[in-house]
Amino acid sequence: MSDNQLHDTLDEAQQTTREARTGEGVDERYNSRLRQAFGDSPFILTKFDAFMNWVRGNSMFILLFGIACCSIEMMHTYATKHDLDRFGAGVPRASPRQADVIIVPGTIVSKFGPRMRRVYDQMPEPKFVVSMGSCTISGGPFQEGYNVIKGVEELIPVDIHVPGCPPRPEALVYGVLKLQEQVQAGESAPVTVKPYELRQFGDLEEDELVQKLAAEIDEDDLVMRYDWTER
Amino acid sequence: MSLQRQPVGETPDGLDYDALAELLDGYVLDREQHLNCEAFVIRPDDVAAVLSTLRDRAAFDHLSLVTAQEYRDRYESIYHLKKYDDPTQELSLVVPTPRDQPHSQSGADVFDTAIWHEREAYDLVGIEYDDHPDLRRILLPETWQGHPLSLDYNQDKPQIVPLREHANPMEGRTDVADRSDTMFINIGPHHPATHGVLHLKTVVDGEQVVDIDPDIGYLHRCEEQMCQQSTYRHQIMPYPDRWDYVSAGILNEWAYARAAESLADIDVPVYAQVLRTMSAELCRICAHLLAIGTFALDIYGEFTAIFMYAVTDRERIQNLLEELTGQRLMFNYLRLGGVAWGLPEPRAEYLETVRSVMAEFPDRLEEYHNLLTSNELFQMRVLDTGVLPAETAKSYGATGPVARGSGIDYDLRRDDPYGYYDELDWEVVTDDGGDNFSRALVRLQEMEQSARIVRQCVDVLADWSGEREIQSDVPRTVKPGGEVYRAVEGAKGELGIYIRADGTDTPARFKIRSPAFSNLQTLEVLAEGEYIADMIATLGSLDIVLGEVDR
Repeated sequence: MSDNQLHDTLDEAQQTTREARTGEGVDERYNSRLRQAFGDSPFILTKFDAFMNWVRGNSMFILLFGIACCSIEMMHTYATKHDLDRFGAGVPRASPRQADVIIVPGTIVSKFGPRMRRVYDQMPEPKFVVSMGSCTISGGPFQEGYNVIKGVEELIPVDIHVPGCPPRPEALVYGVLKLQEQVQAGESAPVTVKPYELRQFGDLEEDELVQKLAAEIDEDDLVMRYDWTER
Repeated sequence: MSLQRQPVGETPDGLDYDALAELLDGYVLDREQHLNCEAFVIRPDDVAAVLSTLRDRAAFDHLSLVTAQEYRDRYESIYHLKKYDDPTQELSLVVPTPRDQPHSQSGADVFDTAIWHEREAYDLVGIEYDDHPDLRRILLPETWQGHPLSLDYNQDKPQIVPLREHANPMEGRTDVADRSDTMFINIGPHHPATHGVLHLKTVVDGEQVVDIDPDIGYLHRCEEQMCQQSTYRHQIMPYPDRWDYVSAGILNEWAYARAAESLADIDVPVYAQVLRTMSAELCRICAHLLAIGTFALDIYGEFTAIFMYAVTDRERIQNLLEELTGQRLMFNYLRLGGVAWGLPEPRAEYLETVRSVMAEFPDRLEEYHNLLTSNELFQMRVLDTGVLPAETAKSYGATGPVARGSGIDYDLRRDDPYGYYDELDWEVVTDDGGDNFSRALVRLQEMEQSARIVRQCVDVLADWSGEREIQSDVPRTVKPGGEVYRAVEGAKGELGIYIRADGTDTPARFKIRSPAFSNLQTLEVLAEGEYIADMIATLGSLDIVLGEVDR
């Protein structure tokens, strides 16, 4: 299945994504080449899985990623007093290529959405997402804004939601601990993933720009839409 | 006879608008009465001439804000003018343009700050400014359809933002021109040194910045739209917390409270004013601490001692604020006509805690001075880099520590008094250096003054014998009328609100004058020709918050 596969309906899209994340067998994220090399030896595989997940859970490299208000509380979580480092997750990495957890701390707007997706795409597998704050869940207080994307799940799949506006550092610590628990157990979050996908935008008035954009879209291309009222 | 001519219209007891109208004879079509000052209506093709006359002859050297709005029958741009010497002397210029042809002359030739303000007006409302040097969208993506704050904008219409739009422009371009040192670098929008989601399109020649183009709008969360659809009495107040979100919430709330109170003619009890002053200054300390901490982060590297110290001190003050307001960051403490609630019980104990934290504070500041301002490494990085001359700062509408670091003695707490400030004993800090060092120094010294204000407020509150009235009587639904522009001294500078009320319980136009927006605009002047590492330091010393820049 290609990553860029297009779906006719949202349900279909959610179905395939959920299967990819929570379907039969082990989550694709917990797979690796080394693991495959062990072949069919169940005993080693089980032990190896347990070991790898223990390692992953206890050595989380979180991406240094600030968006809005929540990032201030996130900084407080990293710093003294709350000190996320106590839980083996406190070394923020500035490069997405070195990170395996992304905390999304703040409102995503139209201009930033594609950029965030790009950062997420640059992270190596396995990667996990913690969404921090109401804005990343639904748009929060800015939900009705013309420019605001209604939740980070429109763009990337989320493992842990931490609600609050902003969540206290304790809440974020709890969220990260929950993620660690989950990773250590090799579980996948039963999240409803709403992948963004090519949809009809027939109700747009036809003008030059729309025509130009429509002409340029091809199968491999992805277009973000955030007209959420139809959902 | 002095060499300097007396500015037209300045009299001992305020501004003489008749003299100003005489100065602009032939230009003024009509005179309107706004709640904060008088407004002159002028023709759309006279904007530059009127602005330059007012600046040169009447000393209006501060273009505070450009507001654009749409009426049923016309578009309107309002230029809010002030004086750096005395911000209570204000004048608004109203420039109406017809609906079918929203063209107006640009003021960018006279005031540099108009460049961005007019771009925003074009982006959100749709007025086109003739002779503007660079009229394109500023907050929304280039592919956006329509102008969201215009009256006939349909928000349900889907917008297209293709991912490809934001693809790496340099991808696949491996062929470097023959050993050229010039290259294009995207700094941000995800970058640890941009303090949020700022995008700097930078062209560097070797180590030097040749051209820099700040690209903002990555956190444009429609704050003005949100405020325009919320009611005055309760619904707007939570939003200001989220403009300058670096714990400066109460300062922002005060900006809204001040504008709305003067609009609806609401009085605030003195006891509430003292509470406001105290909590606002605690917020200012918090905000400046983060500015200093992240500035040190930019200069020294990743998560060093100073950042940790700053966060530790912030935690102390946030605890005080949490006890008072119930929240760590988004306080929602102010109400129209007062504050939400009084001091936590037992009062004496709480005041004693505040007093002890503030008593320790000078020692803490001493430590920052040891680590930063008297540190040779720090001095080498920041002295004489990013120099902002006072005249340039004025032209760009810089305010707050950025202006005061350039020697501009401008602080609304003193010059346009509100709250309890004029009863207290404190000083406005300025420094003539104009460089990165001065701006950091001003912030450090301002924290000292803020602590001084808090200590005095605590004394006043402790000795309070009268009734502890925290809110005046305000009707459940406020339905004011009129237009007002009011500003307070926020953490980053002059934070102003323009409200046009139309007699309903929600504002017809709510415009935010963000200090960080104007301050960030100076980056182009400060960074071009400098080393790229100094550009990062300069950006840190400007202390922008993207929530406030983009709103």
